[in-house]
Amino acid sequence: MSVLVIAEHDNASIKGATLNTVTAALACGGEVHVLVAGHNAGAAAAAAAQIAGVAKVLHADSEALGHGLAENIAAQVIAVAGAYSHLLFPATAGGKNVAPRVAAKLDVAQVSEATKVVSPDTFERPIYAGNAIATVQCLDATKVVTIRSTGFDAAAATGGSAAVESIVAVADSGKSQYKGSEIAKSDRPELTAAKIIVSGGRAMGSSEKFNEVLTPLADKLGAALGASRAAVDAGYAPNDWQVGQTGKIVAPQLYVACGISGAIQHLAGMKDSKVIVAINKDAEAPIFSVADYGLEADLFAAVPELVKSL
Amino acid sequence: MKALVAVKRVLDYNVKARVKPDGTGIDLANVKMSMNPFDEIAVEEAVRLKEKGVVTEVIAVSCGVTQCQETLRTAMAIGADRAILVECADELQPLAVAKLLKALVDKEQPGLVILGKQAIDDDCNQTGQMLAALADLPQATFASKVEVADGRATVTREIDGGLETVSVSLPAIVTTDLRLNEPRYVTLPNIMKAKKKPLETVKPADLGVDVAPRLKTLKVSEPPKRGAGVKVADVAALVAKLKNEAKVI
Repeated sequence: MSVLVIAEHDNASIKGATLNTVTAALACGGEVHVLVAGHNAGAAAAAAAQIAGVAKVLHADSEALGHGLAENIAAQVIAVAGAYSHLLFPATAGGKNVAPRVAAKLDVAQVSEATKVVSPDTFERPIYAGNAIATVQCLDATKVVTIRSTGFDAAAATGGSAAVESIVAVADSGKSQYKGSEIAKSDRPELTAAKIIVSGGRAMGSSEKFNEVLTPLADKLGAALGASRAAVDAGYAPNDWQVGQTGKIVAPQLYVACGISGAIQHLAGMKDSKVIVAINKDAEAPIFSVADYGLEADLFAAVPELVKSL
Repeated sequence: MKALVAVKRVLDYNVKARVKPDGTGIDLANVKMSMNPFDEIAVEEAVRLKEKGVVTEVIAVSCGVTQCQETLRTAMAIGADRAILVECADELQPLAVAKLLKALVDKEQPGLVILGKQAIDDDCNQTGQMLAALADLPQATFASKVEVADGRATVTREIDGGLETVSVSLPAIVTTDLRLNEPRYVTLPNIMKAKKKPLETVKPADLGVDVAPRLKTLKVSEPPKRGAGVKVADVAALVAKLKNEAKVI
């Protein structure tokens, strides 16, 4: 029995969520192998071989695999799936796109966003926006699971010395073409990997105010910026900053919620943070019910003052 | 070109889910049920494509209990032309629903199938991708923009860190993200009209699909509670707490 982790990578390096998935894979038991399917992805494969606990890296390389198209990546996973009891994907946009396609092709169920490996066939996963935790047992021979990174520690990125085996890349499906992407360039830490997150809600009032007030605080703390759905819907912050049930699930050391009321859908995305600070002028805001430290104040005065005193 | 839209009846998004005391699931007795919000966006998108003249007919499908008829009526009030209920009182997991939808895709031959990216009850985010696999069709998930021209759909997708654009040949499967559109309010005249639209009911056995669950839910429990902390008087007190007590800055 061995476990295959499908790496999230950008061809040059391995994305952080892969490391948490390796930890989950080790908890399933057996040897852990990592699949790096990409284009000119030798550097990513070499990085995967360094991850502590990884026994082997499979490296498939072709132009058709370069942009992570679900049709091609799923076919690549299926080409090697026979040798594995478990196929584990990080629960990232990429992993969530591909994993169900693999599961259905294998005619097996998929477990989404596992937060705990109870036993090799049993997993815990949040449902109803994290308002309940389901313990599910997978009755199929092959377990296809996406791993929520906040549920598992990251494996050490170095210290391993796995062999890298080149495997034959599958042919392009021809059904889907990558046209381009707009990835925001930022010096800030990635939202899902950040140790500190400063997040703004509808009370920010405008995208100018959002930046003017929260950017200095994020700069000072070396934090990533996040937002509530209300703030994103209002156009104050980009879509991929959304923290919540249907956005990013985060669990930083410190989460600073500014002008966020705390809808259950938002709480679902951040309530596993180690320390939560809420700044809100509404004393009744539900965010205060999960905050370790609540400051009932006008954020437009309190946040600049906070920046000054740090 | 026909568009098929899948809709799920779920606990209304404003209602807090309560775990049953015996740990077997969520208490759904006497609570408000609604259409999954992502599916509403899917119906709206299909109807807009019809209004643009790209799509000729919008077919709404739901799999589940008899009451899913209400959800299908809502879909028809938004603008779907007809509806199919795959009636089944047993638990339906995403793979089973994908198989039922695959059978309907074979029968109806739609050019486009639009689904919500995830249902807000089980939070699975699987059915669209699984349907794409079973029907061997391309998939464009988490869509924030869909344009159809010359036998292809150009779809902008929400991915980690930004947006990605893919072009898929039709027929194709699209799943919706939150900001694809804002669903219209259904008007009373349209609700009345929807009552007269055709709604066909079939059983999983009619479609030759085995819907037996592949995942066994052993228990459902409350998440660990996070206790409320303290309120601090001012910024200075907050900084002191963060430095000395929490030691996070």
